Amino acid sequence: MKLPIYLDYSATTPVDPRVAQKMIPYLTEHFGNAASRSHAYGWKAEEAVEEARENVAALINADAKEIVWTSGATEGNNLAIKGAANFYKTKGKHLITQKTEHKAVLDTFRELERQGFEATYLEVQQNGLVDIEKFKAAIRPDTILASIMMVNNEIGVIQPVWEIAELCKAKGIIFHCDAVQGAGRVEIDMQKFKADLLTITAHKIYGPKGVGALYVRRKPRVRIEAQIHGGGHERGFRSGTLATHQIAGFGEAARLAKLEMAAENKRVGALRDRLWDKIKDMEEVYVNGDLERRIPHNLNVSFNFVEGESLIMAVKDIAVSSGSACTSASLEPSYVLRALGRSDELAHSSVRITLGRFTTEEDIDFAADLLRRKVEKLRELSPLWEMYKDGVDLNSVQWAAH
Amino acid sequence: MAYSDKVIDHYENPRNVGSFDKGDDSIGTGMVGAPACGDVMKLQIKVGADGRIEDARFKTYGCGSAIASSSLITEWVKGKTLDEAATIKNTQIAEELSLPPVKIHCSILAEDAIKAAVEDYKKKHAQAAAREINEVKEEQRVA
Repeated sequence: MKLPIYLDYSATTPVDPRVAQKMIPYLTEHFGNAASRSHAYGWKAEEAVEEARENVAALINADAKEIVWTSGATEGNNLAIKGAANFYKTKGKHLITQKTEHKAVLDTFRELERQGFEATYLEVQQNGLVDIEKFKAAIRPDTILASIMMVNNEIGVIQPVWEIAELCKAKGIIFHCDAVQGAGRVEIDMQKFKADLLTITAHKIYGPKGVGALYVRRKPRVRIEAQIHGGGHERGFRSGTLATHQIAGFGEAARLAKLEMAAENKRVGALRDRLWDKIKDMEEVYVNGDLERRIPHNLNVSFNFVEGESLIMAVKDIAVSSGSACTSASLEPSYVLRALGRSDELAHSSVRITLGRFTTEEDIDFAADLLRRKVEKLRELSPLWEMYKDGVDLNSVQWAAH
Repeated sequence: MAYSDKVIDHYENPRNVGSFDKGDDSIGTGMVGAPACGDVMKLQIKVGADGRIEDARFKTYGCGSAIASSSLITEWVKGKTLDEAATIKNTQIAEELSLPPVKIHCSILAEDAIKAAVEDYKKKHAQAAAREINEVKEEQRVA
């Protein structure tokens, strides 16, 4: 067994060896510029780019002409949100999103507010899901754009984006969906899903980092303003020489995802359930976010009275991520878990375990055993656990905040 | 984040973990921090008849650096007088453990914890002394 065991597939996935194989010739042999129309090098590169476009489009049942290559999800979200807001700004200035979006969406909204737009950040329910009624209530006559993610990156819950897209369509509001964590895990069919703009990225589906795609609906046509100007590549939506090898890899990753998604979801879901079964009888263990409306890959749990960063350190033989952002210098617990109404202690005590294509049963058994042992050890060290065991209500204690 | 070897050593083999009886007169207890901030430190000292710290215990909820800082300070205070213990500076802890700037607050917490424990012990004994004086006075009055 190779240690540490990788259980952080929502952060990034390894490139599937089949994908890597597909990429290599475009680095050495077929290195041409896809925009070169005058020779075979260029034609070969363009062929690879268009084949990949077909495959990425097929993953979400879209037309290849609706796919715009980007450098990744952050750019995709920026292009969609800023691009649509700026194009439609004469129609209104109000935007809607929700509090547990990825920072690439939240910070883009903040920037648009700075430019004079008005934004509503919807609260989520305790299970992490957006309340459709609250979404309806937030709509104003001047609302032009809404952005709701398909799957939350921390807790893996699946938002009711299909219903929200229908609502937006009926009201003439442009709807953008960040589907980065959904692609390859949730079935996406753009013939049925009414989103106007959809962001996906390669490195969450066993493709390379540094390449993503923005879906831009053609029927009815959705307009966005380009954010990067230059040679007019990607029909003017996004200038810049295409990274042929990256795109070829993304295409292959998408093709494999479409082929293997159903079987993989089943296998990974069984492993996730196995993991949860092995730890759920512990005292004071909580799953964060809805366990039903959730991708099978994600388990986000809080071990009460154990601090997240020390737990991560204790379980260094598994590579997982902490809901506590202590490591990034701020002492803030995860804003996503806080938005669910979790107490600071529980938010600080959370661990996100995300499984994927290469996770085995052996990995899961190892992880469960390690977590159990280390949580027990850290609780022996924890004054909060001691107080809990003595029957002290921690909310009644006057803490010396610092 | 990369931790220093000393932090990892204290974290993996924490010294003096546990609790003394809070009610015991020879014990001083300091509890600092808040769960909301991600760290709570409980530090206890056992003071001998000679006024020196005989033993110390800690329990800490917090990151590896917080656990290491409290483990280290329990080692340092042993054998010290109360006043000596209260002069331990966070900078000494931070230096010993090579804490990075973002973890300096862990050493500050340890300094605050030992100060709080010393204060608790002194307060207890001031009260005990006051009680004794009152008892003596009471006895004298009765007599």
